[in-house]
Amino acid sequence: MHYLKNFKILVPVLFMVFLLGPKLYSAEECFEKTSRAVFKFNMALDDVILEPLAKGYNKLPSPVRKGTNNFTSNIGTLLSIPNNILQGNFKQLGHSVGSFAINSTVGLLGVLNPAEKIGLNPHKEDVGQTLGTYGVSTGCYFVLPVLGPTTVRDSVGIFADTFIDPFAHITIREKELLSTSGNNLDYFSVKATGAIDFRAENDKNFESLEKNSIDLYSSIKSIYLQDRENKIRNSIEDQDDWGSLDN
Amino acid sequence: MKKLVVYLFSIFFFLSSSLQAYSSNPRDFVNDLVSDVIAKLSDKNLNKEQKEIFIEEVALEYVDINALGLYTLGELRKSSSKDDISGYQKSFEKYFLKSLTSRLSEYSSSKFEILNEDKKSATYTIVSSKVIPDDGGPDIKIDWRIYTKDPDKPLIRDLIVEGLSLARTQKEEFASILSSNDNDIKALIIKLEEFVQN
Repeated sequence: MHYLKNFKILVPVLFMVFLLGPKLYSAEECFEKTSRAVFKFNMALDDVILEPLAKGYNKLPSPVRKGTNNFTSNIGTLLSIPNNILQGNFKQLGHSVGSFAINSTVGLLGVLNPAEKIGLNPHKEDVGQTLGTYGVSTGCYFVLPVLGPTTVRDSVGIFADTFIDPFAHITIREKELLSTSGNNLDYFSVKATGAIDFRAENDKNFESLEKNSIDLYSSIKSIYLQDRENKIRNSIEDQDDWGSLDN
Repeated sequence: MKKLVVYLFSIFFFLSSSLQAYSSNPRDFVNDLVSDVIAKLSDKNLNKEQKEIFIEEVALEYVDINALGLYTLGELRKSSSKDDISGYQKSFEKYFLKSLTSRLSEYSSSKFEILNEDKKSATYTIVSSKVIPDDGGPDIKIDWRIYTKDPDKPLIRDLIVEGLSLARTQKEEFASILSSNDNDIKALIIKLEEFVQN
């Protein structure tokens, strides 16, 4: 019954995305001035909170950081499972289910990653990517406070993720699944830890980007859009647009 | 004075011996070039200035900076005057070299491995490689876009790091600057010059 209620919310949202999506293009900005202001706010927040945390995190012993990364990634795999089904990608479904089952048990609740050693490499999938595989275009680009760069399609995806993610189901919705349940704090702690881990792993890249960009906002926008394209195609092959310069 | 002579002599010796001829086969070209760069950047006997000179020399010789500049300019390269393009190319080269030396001077030791090559056409080949950081971090996949119009002298046109094209990122960054300045190429040149001087 609860799923039926969620479905009723999701249908009009998805309908709106299908309706709006094809009319908008990835390079288009929704409201650039506001996005640039939000970006500035996010950068200030990063300077004051995220960057110091990331630098402190990087001082932890490597096995601790690796274990944390494994743990948050393993929980993230739960969101990939319904998206693998929605995308009809059953090979990846096998990787996601197998990886989660093995790492959650043999891998001590996901702290270790024995699944990788036997060749299981689940791709991270979310609703934004699933919509992309259905042919829904990105819609215009904007920046959300705290959450950062996104597009119309991906922001709908972020919202929809919380309805189909089993981890969100047992934490922020406080439902029981296989005798397991949690609360908001569990959900946001895992998400925040994942964000710090990501920021710490890319600390030098961020520094270099900040130092070498003439327009950091545009560089981050380009990187975000390229990354999302690659994730939807499940490929990191370059899209050739050199045209006549290659002749 | 003696120290100065020794210093100048060592710079001359360094410069004259720093650039070697690499293979014309794209795969071997990337492998030889990167191995040489890694060796030089890891060399504790070279100071920062010497390393920067080496990076600039390698970039001027083996990166197609001219084509990269035109690519990053986007459609404006077709409608701009020859003088503007020439002015832009000069500023772009300085910008590119400064940006490259800044990125590489923070280099930390890594292992490098060629994975495969994919000849896309008579004029370009993608060479896939991976970098294995010595600090235990995850492997980084890097694809090299190699321009082979002159088969005896391959040139690097783009680096695609984990699927993110550096040339495309640069192009979109410049497009944003141009778009907020009425597509005025001179505004972009000013921004590039400001970056070089800062």
